[in-house]
Amino acid sequence: MAKQISIFLENKAGRLAHVTRVLGDAGINIRALSIADTSDFGILRVIVNDPDKAYRILREAEFTVSETEVIAVQVPDSPGGLASILEQMSEENLNIEYLYAFIGSSGSDALVIFKVEDIEKARDSFKERGIKFLEEQDLYRL
Amino acid sequence: MNYWDREKELMPREELEKLQLRRLKETVNRVYTFVPSYRAKMDELGVKPQDINCLADLKYLPFLTKKDFRDNYPFGLLAVPMRDVVRIQSSSGTTGKPTVALYTKNDIDNWAEMIARAMTSAGATRDSVIQVTWGYGLFTGGLGGHYGAEKLGAAVLPASGGNTKRQVTLMHDYGVTMLGCTPSYALVIYEELMKLGMDRSEFKLKSGIFGAEPWSENMRKEIESKWEIDAYDIYGMTELVGPGVAVDCAYKNGLHLAEDHFIAEIIDPDTGEVLPEGSHGELVITSLTKEAYPVIRYRTRDLTRINREQCDCGRTHARIEKILGRSDDMLIIRGVNVFPSMVESILLQIPGIEPVYQLIVERRNNLDRLEVQVEVSENVFSDEVKRLEELEGTITRELNSGLGIAVKVRLVEPSSIERSEGKAKRIIDKRNI
Repeated sequence: MAKQISIFLENKAGRLAHVTRVLGDAGINIRALSIADTSDFGILRVIVNDPDKAYRILREAEFTVSETEVIAVQVPDSPGGLASILEQMSEENLNIEYLYAFIGSSGSDALVIFKVEDIEKARDSFKERGIKFLEEQDLYRL
Repeated sequence: MNYWDREKELMPREELEKLQLRRLKETVNRVYTFVPSYRAKMDELGVKPQDINCLADLKYLPFLTKKDFRDNYPFGLLAVPMRDVVRIQSSSGTTGKPTVALYTKNDIDNWAEMIARAMTSAGATRDSVIQVTWGYGLFTGGLGGHYGAEKLGAAVLPASGGNTKRQVTLMHDYGVTMLGCTPSYALVIYEELMKLGMDRSEFKLKSGIFGAEPWSENMRKEIESKWEIDAYDIYGMTELVGPGVAVDCAYKNGLHLAEDHFIAEIIDPDTGEVLPEGSHGELVITSLTKEAYPVIRYRTRDLTRINREQCDCGRTHARIEKILGRSDDMLIIRGVNVFPSMVESILLQIPGIEPVYQLIVERRNNLDRLEVQVEVSENVFSDEVKRLEELEGTITRELNSGLGIAVKVRLVEPSSIERSEGKAKRIIDKRNI
C-alpha cells in the first residue's frame, strides 16, 4: 500500500509547472505521476519519496490536495504480465478506479499503481494469489 | 410627431404638477388607511397624510425597498380587497420570495396606456405589426407589451421568447414593423437572419422597443446600424408596474417618464437625502395611479439623472438618462435579476461546498453568459474525475433552477479567486455596458 498525493489543477497555462516547481524546491522527488483531465480542470496524481512533506508543502502553497491509498503492484516485465494480473483482479471482482505506471522498477518487475474500490479486499486477494506488491516504505525508497 | 395621449403628454408643467400633487395625496391617504405596513412606517417617522401639501413634501415619506416587498409577500402591501385584483405577475427570480405585482382592472388599463404611449413614442401606429418577444407568463414584459400593443390598435404577434429561427420566420412572414424584446436578443435575431442567408430587404422592420436589461449607447448604435431601424429604450420594473414607466422619444436624449402615473426623485444612495436638480444619484419612484399595489418612494437602485427641461419632441414629461449603473450589486442577465447573495445561499445548501465563488459575466455573440466559479475545497475534492464532475453537475443544476437562468459552473483552485482585504471580489462584469 502507498500514499498517493492528488492535486486539483485548473486547466490553465503554467499550473503544472508551478506545482512541480513547488515540489522540486522542497526537495521532493516525483516517482510516478498521472493526470486525469476534463476541459476545465485536471487532477494530478503523484507518488513521491516523502508524501507527508509533499502534502504539507502543497497545502501551504494553497493547492487543494488529498492523500489517497493506492497499491503498487509488481508486474512481471514480460509480454502478458499486466494482462494476467488484470484477469485475476477481474475474477476476484476487484473494481479498478484507475491505474498508471511507475517510473523505474523493482528488480525484474515493472511497477503499476492501482487505485481500487476496496483496497483491503485487493490486498487480501493479492496475498492469496501470490501477486506481489510493495509495502509503503519500500516504494518510497526506490 | 405622433403622440398617444396628447393632453397628458404635452400638459404644461404647472398643470402636470397640480395633477401629480392631487394624485399623490390620494395615494398617500389610501395606503395610510388600507396598508398597515405603510401606516406603521409613516407613524414611526411621525408623518401623516395631511402633512403632504406640496410635491417637495414627498421627502418626508418613508422609503420602500425590495426587502419590504419580500417581507410583505404576497399580499401585505395590497391596498384593495383581493376581489378587485384581476392579474398577478411576479419577478423572474425563483430563489427566496419573488417580487409580486398585483393589478386591478384600472391598473391593467393604465399600464396598457403607458405601453401604448411608449410604442407610439417609438414610432408605432395602429397600422404596425408588433412582435412581442419578451417572455409571456409571470414576467411582466410579455403580457405588458401585448396589452399595450392591443390598446394601440396594432396587430400583435405574441411570439414570446426563444426559438430564434421561428422569430425570424414570424417577422418575415407577417411583415413585422416593430420588435419588442431585450436589446441583446435583437442582435441574436439579426445574427440568425444572416445565418439563414435571408436578405434584410425582405423584412419590413422599422423600429424596436428594447428593455428588461441595461444597454449602452454603443449597443444602440450597433442594433441600429445592423438592423437599419430605430432602437428605443423602454424602462420599468415589476415593483413599479412592469415596462412602460419611461421610454425614449424620437430624439433619444433621455427617457420620458410617465409623469401623470409616477413621480421621480434622485437621492444619495448612502444618505437617502434628495439631491439637487440635475444630480446623478439613485432613482426613487412613487406611483400616482396604482390601485392594487401602490408604491411610495420605491428605491429602484438604478443610477441616473433627471432632466426636467422641455424636450424638442414637445413632451413636457421629465426625462431620465439611460440607466447604466446600480447602487447595489444586482446583475441583470438575459432579463433575469441575479444577486450574488442568491448564488451564495444556493451554494451553502450543497453539502461540503464553501461559499467561495466568483461571478463572471460576459457577452458572447450578443448573449449574456454567467459563469460561476466555485473554489474546490478539500471537503469536496476527490482524486476521481467522475466525483468532481458529479459535483459540478449538482452545482449547475441547483444554480440553474434556483436562479432561473442557465449558468456555466467552473471548479477553480483556491488561489484563483482574487481576494482584497480578506474579502473575495464577487463579480467580474466584462460586458462593458
